[in-house]
Amino acid sequence: MGKTIAEKIFDAHRVNEPFPDTHVLKLDRVFCHEITTPIAITDLMSRGMDRVFDPTKIKAVIDHVTPAKDSKTAEQGKILRDWAKRHEIKDFFDIGRNGVCHAIFPEKGFVRPGYTVIMGDSHTCTHGAFGAFAAGIGTTDLEVGILKGVCAFHFPKTIKFVLNGTLKPGVYAKDLILFIIKELTVNGATNMVIEFTGPVVDAMSMESRMTLCNMAIEAGGTCGICYPDMTTVEYLWKFIKDEFETKEDAVKEYSKWISDSDAEYEKIFEYDVSSLEPMVTFGYKPDQVKTVSEMDGTKIDQIYIGSCTNGRIEDLRIAASILKDRKISNDVRAIVSPATPAIYSMALKEGLIEIFQDAGFCVTNPTCGACLGMSNGVLANGESCASTTNRNFNGRMGKGGVVHLMSPASAAATAIEGKIINSQLYKD
Amino acid sequence: MKKFSGKVLFLDRSDINTDEIIPARYLTEITKEALKPFLLEDLTLPSFNNGDFKSKAVIVTRANFGCGSSREHAPWALEVNGINVVIAESFARIFRQNMYNCGMLAIELSKEKIDYLLDYYSDKDTSIEIDIDNDKIIVTSIEKTEAIDFQVSEFDKTLVKEGGWVGYADKNY
Repeated sequence: MGKTIAEKIFDAHRVNEPFPDTHVLKLDRVFCHEITTPIAITDLMSRGMDRVFDPTKIKAVIDHVTPAKDSKTAEQGKILRDWAKRHEIKDFFDIGRNGVCHAIFPEKGFVRPGYTVIMGDSHTCTHGAFGAFAAGIGTTDLEVGILKGVCAFHFPKTIKFVLNGTLKPGVYAKDLILFIIKELTVNGATNMVIEFTGPVVDAMSMESRMTLCNMAIEAGGTCGICYPDMTTVEYLWKFIKDEFETKEDAVKEYSKWISDSDAEYEKIFEYDVSSLEPMVTFGYKPDQVKTVSEMDGTKIDQIYIGSCTNGRIEDLRIAASILKDRKISNDVRAIVSPATPAIYSMALKEGLIEIFQDAGFCVTNPTCGACLGMSNGVLANGESCASTTNRNFNGRMGKGGVVHLMSPASAAATAIEGKIINSQLYKD
Repeated sequence: MKKFSGKVLFLDRSDINTDEIIPARYLTEITKEALKPFLLEDLTLPSFNNGDFKSKAVIVTRANFGCGSSREHAPWALEVNGINVVIAESFARIFRQNMYNCGMLAIELSKEKIDYLLDYYSDKDTSIEIDIDNDKIIVTSIEKTEAIDFQVSEFDKTLVKEGGWVGYADKNY
């Protein structure tokens, strides 16, 4: 019997199996941010174990609340900053150089096909877009990861999606993943890896693949995974060019991770998604999904474009293409948060920032901020937000607020209209 | 080992997420104790009043408890309120692992057993005691006491007995 990509990664990283179905894996990357890491650090200190397994494999960023909004968040940043300095963690991204973790770490070339990655953040599944096994974990797993470079997982049972056809204009990876979560429900992939395959994924950019994998957790998935290919190699080339003679060589090497054709799956879903419509959530669970047309006219107070789901350059380009020479409705306010300084710079050079500002958007620095209602765009009680983020839980962006998850295109169109509307109406 | 017995809080809903267990606005705290007053603050449930968790030690709930964010603040907020056991039809992976990593218990029971516990006991003053060595949940109300079998893996049981993953990992890796 063949193996899935996750099984191959497990086999290549297994330290031991101390108990039945308990696989302790060696970690290639331990990512850290200032919300879940400080308590791991202070616990290690209190145990007299303030050590790190390998400072070159640990990467850290202050991203959730930055700039610090109060003394408490300043203290969290300080604990992470002091720790990174103390242990000579070179890849620590402080204010001015910091961005949303799941955007900046890939951008820096830290994730490679076949890697094992953990982070104290549920959207760590994003990095599976590179053909890695990347899983969100809690602070205790993070603590052990920092100290020992290992983490325990159950066998990676896998669900495979084969996505055929071509996405219609105005339909994006975000619409596709919302559709998939609707099909799976919020715990349909619990304890399982989700493989995204097929011509639709093959044709996607790395940005779109990250959007897809990012929301695997919203169906309970441990990791979303795309197979490494030339698109992966092109994205990583500036970081790996010394390791390979040609890009083709890199593709060949990375292809060893791709699931065998006779690998065993828990379930295989095959869809032709050519007729898929733009999607949007209602209610308080990410599997409560309708077409944008069904939600047409829903009143909105705030638009938010950003986050580890949809704050990358491709997302900003799509939104700006709709907002160009248009103004947002007087009934709404709108915020765009480029996910990293590099994305911000690109958007500036390409004139996107000007388009956003001319349209009436507030452009913020890179941060997770409003996505989880911590800063930079928290909702008031009873308000609603058209958001390109990943969770519509009750109170997620502010107590008493409602979040409608959608693509950057739908969010941009909604900003112009002041209520939910299909962005296809705004195409030239 | 932690204490695994006491009064039961019944939360009759599936998909209770970690934002509901402890909202993100409290993630700026850097001690577990500071989370204590905010447990379940954003949970809206007809049968639940904010503050109902006080003096409770065990939660019985439905499917996919702890979904969403990876925040270990969720088990910590339970722990500092004296709740070391959650019994549910199923758990989100990260939450479940976080519970065991902290030496706490996340016990899965069949839908039928959860239905029974909620139907029969949720309107009664109920206590639960976990007999971890014999894999039994001892349920007591004014009318009766009964034992319900449960299963946890050898790994999970080891973490509970060792008081969590850090101690075990430090010894073994």
